[in-house]
Amino acid sequence: MRLSRNRLASAVARVYVSIIRGTPLLVQLFVIFYGLPSIGVVIPPWPSAIIAFSLNVAGYAAEIIRAAILSVPKGQWEAGHTIGMSRTRTLRRIILPQAARVSVPPLSNTFISLVKDSSLASLILVSEMFRQAQEIAAFSQQFMMLYLEAALVYWVFCLVLSSGQSYLEKRLDRYVAH
Amino acid sequence: MSHTEPTAGRSGQQSNLLTVSGLSKAFGENVVLESIDLAVQPGQVTALIGPSGSGKTTVLRCLNGLETPDGGVVSIADGPSLDFSGQVKAKDLSALRDQSAMVFQHYNLFPHMTVLENVIEGPVQVKKQRKADAVRDAESLLARVGLADKKDQYPFELSGGQQQRVGIVRALALKPALLLFDEPTSALDPELVGEVLGVIKELADGQWTMVIVTHELAFAREVADEVVFMDGGVVVESGHPDTVLRAPKEERTQRFVQRLLNPF
Repeated sequence: MRLSRNRLASAVARVYVSIIRGTPLLVQLFVIFYGLPSIGVVIPPWPSAIIAFSLNVAGYAAEIIRAAILSVPKGQWEAGHTIGMSRTRTLRRIILPQAARVSVPPLSNTFISLVKDSSLASLILVSEMFRQAQEIAAFSQQFMMLYLEAALVYWVFCLVLSSGQSYLEKRLDRYVAH
Repeated sequence: MSHTEPTAGRSGQQSNLLTVSGLSKAFGENVVLESIDLAVQPGQVTALIGPSGSGKTTVLRCLNGLETPDGGVVSIADGPSLDFSGQVKAKDLSALRDQSAMVFQHYNLFPHMTVLENVIEGPVQVKKQRKADAVRDAESLLARVGLADKKDQYPFELSGGQQQRVGIVRALALKPALLLFDEPTSALDPELVGEVLGVIKELADGQWTMVIVTHELAFAREVADEVVFMDGGVVVESGHPDTVLRAPKEERTQRFVQRLLNPF
């Protein structure tokens, strides 16, 4: 949207990305869960968390994809146009496949952060993994054990994401000189 | 500004394939083209020469709709005759663009597609040709430029000369009425220039209508039916290659030709 020729669309996107990236995720969560009820919008913990994380990741991903699109040389747009393609078709067939390659590493970073940031949801009463670990730890007094175990689970999730990332990178790298 | 009448009377009264009149373009304050006139008849090859910054590439880009002129009328083959001094509809602009195809200085092949995919992309996606037909056409064109065995390779696996030949084939596959070449050999190593010029010469002999922006004066003299010398956004002199390149009338043309022939 920020790349749109429509000034309004582009401005809305710019403000959105700026707010999302310029405020802590924790604050965003709190605004949605604790803040909104004061203007009459009550959203339960789970949906609150899902909404906040989605809005947050969307802001970051939008910026990454924008940068990736801009990284494709202008000549590629022109080559698309000269074979008769419209802007949309050039974007879809020519530009995005090349942008995809560039955006995989930063997008992976964002998703890995998301996995770890999901622990913040415990603070708005979502009984996600970290909160459960806390509860069990408080009950059993096995703090070290349980927090290390939670850490291990986060790590395994992220390892899976990382290997997905390398697979995608390899696949998308097949047309690049090494 | 003294304009030489373009191509007057050289092939009789045959109607032009390309007609440009009063083409003008400015980037902000910077006037790049001032009222350019051009006419190219079917099967004719026109070479645009001139110092860098003279506007010759911009002329080409305007013909292919990569730049929108500020004024002037452009008409190519069966496409619409577009007057750019008024509003031009996107539909008409794309109809104009469909009449020509551009070969770029830096090839601009699609790096994520194989050679064959590069060539059939336009015919299949835009012209809605059946894929089997497009592949057959593409293979025969690739064979003609000596690249039949490279069809499944990616552009990065090819030399510059090979990439540019693919660029030419990609343009040919669209069967445009007019082929545009923007300094097709300027980015090539000297030893690779010949193979690309050879292909272009064959096309010229094969009756393709072309406008070529080039610095290769010997090549222009060999293939062009008309040479147009531009400087400072205007056409300074145009005419038969032997006249413009060997015995130019205008002083600016003389200086330019001299400089290219004797760089030291």
